Amino acid sequence: MTTTTATAEAAERTVRKNSPGAARGPRRTGRIRRIGLPYLLLLPALVLELLVHLVPMVIGIVMSFKELTQFYIRDWGTAPWSGLDNYKVSVDFDAPVGKALLDSFFVTVTFTLLSVGLCWLIGTAAAIYMQGTFRGRGLLRALFLIPYALPVYTAVITWVFMFQHDNGLVNHVLHDQLHLTDKPSFWLIGDNSFIALLTVSVWKGWPFAFLIVMAGLQNIPQELYEAAALDGAGMWQQIRRITLPSLRPVNQVLVLVLFLWTFNDFNTPYVLFGKTAPEAADLISVHIYQASFVTWNFGTGSAMSVLLLLFLLVVTGVYLLLTSRGRKTADV
Amino acid sequence: MRRIRAAAAGAVTISLLTAATACGGGSSTSGGSNDSPKTLTYWASNQGASIAIDKKVLQPELDKFQKQTGIKVKLEVVPWSDLLNRILTATTSGQGPDVLNIGNTWSASLQATGALLPWDAKNFGKIGGKDRFVDSALGSTGAQGKDPAAVPLYSMAYALYYNKKMFADAGIAKPPTTWDELIADGKKLSKGGKWGLGAEGSNPSENIHHAFVFAKQHGADFFTADGKADFTSDGVVAAVKQYVDLMARDKIIAPGNAEYAQNQSVADFATGKNAMLLWQSASANLKSQGMSEDSYGIAPVPVQSGTPGTGANVNSMVAGINLAVFKNTDNLDGATKFVKFMTSDAEQKILNTAYSSIPPVKAAQSDATFNTPSNAVLKDTLAQSAAALPQVADESQFETAVGTAIKELFADAAAGRPVTEASVKAKLDKAQQQMPKK
Amino acid sequence: MSSTVTRSRSPMAPPRSFLWSRRIFLTLLTGFVLVPVYVMVSSSLKPLADVSGKFRWIPSGLTIRPYIDIWSTVPLAKYFMNSLIVAGAATVCSVVIAVFSAYAVSRYSFRGKRVFTVTVLSTQMFPGILFLLPLFLLYVNIGNATGIALFGSRGGLILTYLTFSLPFSIWMLIGYFDSVPRDLDEAALVDGCGPLGALFRVVVPAAIPGIVAVAVYAFMTAWGEVLFASVMTNDATRTLAVGLQGYSTLNDVYWNQIMAASLVVSVPVVAGFLLLQRYLVAGLTAGAVK
Repeated sequence: MTTTTATAEAAERTVRKNSPGAARGPRRTGRIRRIGLPYLLLLPALVLELLVHLVPMVIGIVMSFKELTQFYIRDWGTAPWSGLDNYKVSVDFDAPVGKALLDSFFVTVTFTLLSVGLCWLIGTAAAIYMQGTFRGRGLLRALFLIPYALPVYTAVITWVFMFQHDNGLVNHVLHDQLHLTDKPSFWLIGDNSFIALLTVSVWKGWPFAFLIVMAGLQNIPQELYEAAALDGAGMWQQIRRITLPSLRPVNQVLVLVLFLWTFNDFNTPYVLFGKTAPEAADLISVHIYQASFVTWNFGTGSAMSVLLLLFLLVVTGVYLLLTSRGRKTADV
Repeated sequence: MRRIRAAAAGAVTISLLTAATACGGGSSTSGGSNDSPKTLTYWASNQGASIAIDKKVLQPELDKFQKQTGIKVKLEVVPWSDLLNRILTATTSGQGPDVLNIGNTWSASLQATGALLPWDAKNFGKIGGKDRFVDSALGSTGAQGKDPAAVPLYSMAYALYYNKKMFADAGIAKPPTTWDELIADGKKLSKGGKWGLGAEGSNPSENIHHAFVFAKQHGADFFTADGKADFTSDGVVAAVKQYVDLMARDKIIAPGNAEYAQNQSVADFATGKNAMLLWQSASANLKSQGMSEDSYGIAPVPVQSGTPGTGANVNSMVAGINLAVFKNTDNLDGATKFVKFMTSDAEQKILNTAYSSIPPVKAAQSDATFNTPSNAVLKDTLAQSAAALPQVADESQFETAVGTAIKELFADAAAGRPVTEASVKAKLDKAQQQMPKK
Repeated sequence: MSSTVTRSRSPMAPPRSFLWSRRIFLTLLTGFVLVPVYVMVSSSLKPLADVSGKFRWIPSGLTIRPYIDIWSTVPLAKYFMNSLIVAGAATVCSVVIAVFSAYAVSRYSFRGKRVFTVTVLSTQMFPGILFLLPLFLLYVNIGNATGIALFGSRGGLILTYLTFSLPFSIWMLIGYFDSVPRDLDEAALVDGCGPLGALFRVVVPAAIPGIVAVAVYAFMTAWGEVLFASVMTNDATRTLAVGLQGYSTLNDVYWNQIMAASLVVSVPVVAGFLLLQRYLVAGLTAGAVK
């Protein structure tokens, strides 16, 4: 009891210190208000996060310890506990289920790294090239944002249309018009599906990088360029010595966000390939979807999701640790 | 003040958690009631050329039902891509329709969930008795030795559809009856951008239907007698290989078909890109695509040798749609009445004509409408040479695992990679290991 | 492209190598971006025979038939309304809630602040698939216990989507609010406004670009989501993302109709997005990337 009041008062002191505005209200009612208000303001967000994200996550973790197959889905409370069985199956990399998960994991990591890398590269290059003014710049900027603005499924379905073996545009151009291949290639099945997936993902994702970097460029003080120019640095040198280093904090956030979005992306592969993706493009989210919904084994599916979450936690944690080192203020 | 707030927050959290964990799935214990006797919800599968067409076919019949019984039926036509998922979520939540269509191959899988009303003698009595239905159709309504989980609604069988003009142009007098003949004919037809046969290489269910028949013809089964997965026996491997070889070795299927999953092969047949098609009840479909009925012929699906029959001469699965009742319906009597209505002789004639399927009800089947030459082929196949897909609880997993394995094999074939006994066996072995362990 | 007088950004005239590489890069990129857009537009005006045969750059004939047919093949208008209601409501709620939260975090210091921000942000990394089934079960059970229909209703979907965009929105607005000078709301407080008065009369108006950016993001998230919509909607509440699958039916894939429908559902978002892009850059500049 005493500790609570003590901490409350401590909290109040910091409130008063940090928010000078609030400290000026009438003293008695203000006190309750000041402590209560921030919590009250946070309440809606808190309840929703609890309802939609956190509680379901807990349920998901509980499910991963159950044998939740078709025999029990009607009343999953009665599904028997299976201990760590679901996890054992998932990480037994010698058996097909575990191996398929591992393969899918590697495909996803490769895909994510390439996609994020390319999105960043194209986005940054475009943003830097579009810095100066030239005729048509506004129009071009609008055009570049279209892929990002399109709803995912309409964009991806257009690509499906283009990637068809017999009637698609891609084969028409590569094979019929440019004669680059001996025979039309398959893009939606087999090994090329990875390239197809990557293309769509980059097409859809780079404008976001472009947008963020463009915003980041506006925050670079003009004086830096002027000083560099006085030192005789050319355009390319200015980009290398000033623009890119100044973008570092922006990039750190951008890359993390892109990474998480790409890694967890479900919509793109699902619309592109349907419920069962080709092995070469078997992204982990679709893989888990298939493991749970198509084979009706929600326990194993949940265990795989939990493993995925743990992996993302570790990656994000390590990333934040590494990037915030040497930086005083961590944005996140 | 602080403590009250904390307590309130805690209470919210706990109530959410209990809501989530305590009740589990829906109203699992309720066994159906008659709380709302005036309405029914019905999920129909997409049988016609589009969902709009299905509504046009079904709505007048539902109105008729309402006139007879005063029960209003709310219809929802669910696309095939969604149907199984929707049934699963309905099962999990207990919030589903009262009556629904299921693919007959799912019967045993869905039966295992315990969500569907079992059709024991008493329930069958309410709709006129079990012996109104054809035996082959009843064989696809659930695991053996258990009360059926559903009632047959539409029956279908595979047949060989062939383009008469393309056959004549290639100098082929009559449709093939064995696979060797089909391959020989196919080679004659596969030229100038046209191909002998169409296939849906990326559609796991289609793949399964064909692989199942081929396996039967090789004297093999995908499941042992006690319901264990057995995908790697010599017979099964040979069967799957023979099917994929139609593209890989015999080259009578266009490689592009390896990525078909949305019935593009039917469209190809209708537009004369493929001369032959192995399909179930395609007439209505072909008609809607503008292919006139006299421009194609219908023949039984080929066998290895001899004529279609039982055992190794099976040439089709028992395809079809069953009608099921959700156990926890709140209008049990109404639901039963609706099933009775839909399986009545008169409705069977109307609906099966609209969908170019065969009525699983004996009295309706003998009607003149179903005695046209094309329907005769389907009817004979169903009666004499069709076998039911394994009625085991793991059927839907089997469809996914093996169907996907064959999809990958088609992808190999299309890319020009060799399809060997070893590669087939490896894929099937992987599929087998993905099946649930018992 | 020819006039290359740069803004004051870079005092020196850009060298030739820069101009040439810019020309090449931007041309290639424009092609990459525009080809699918061209395919979408041109295919939507082609007769069915054109889209089910070999691809052709120039249509053999133009027809607006697909644009008429799309409305009857699937109940597109209904799906459109559903999407509009769901995405619209999710956006409004998400923005309002994010404004409150961001204001609290930006202007107050309180116990649990760090826990709150870290928790909210970390939900951004949850794989959707992990909580799809649990969330669905939760909605069903809340429905059974309280009679509030969340599963299958638009309300449930709105709740889900608004929460999806919430973490990113809060985080961006915190950044934006931080950049609004505190003197401004202090002055308002001195003038006798309560904290909420200060928020709505001073901070929010000053943060309009950030709020617009957040709203656009929230709307797009809700408009394009497929996974949850496929499980949580029924015939009456289906949204466009799921409804568009209706064009590939038992028969054939009506590619021209798919493209026409895609275009119809894309135009409102793309137009809105492009109209608001100025705010977007401004909002991001101050909020996310400061």
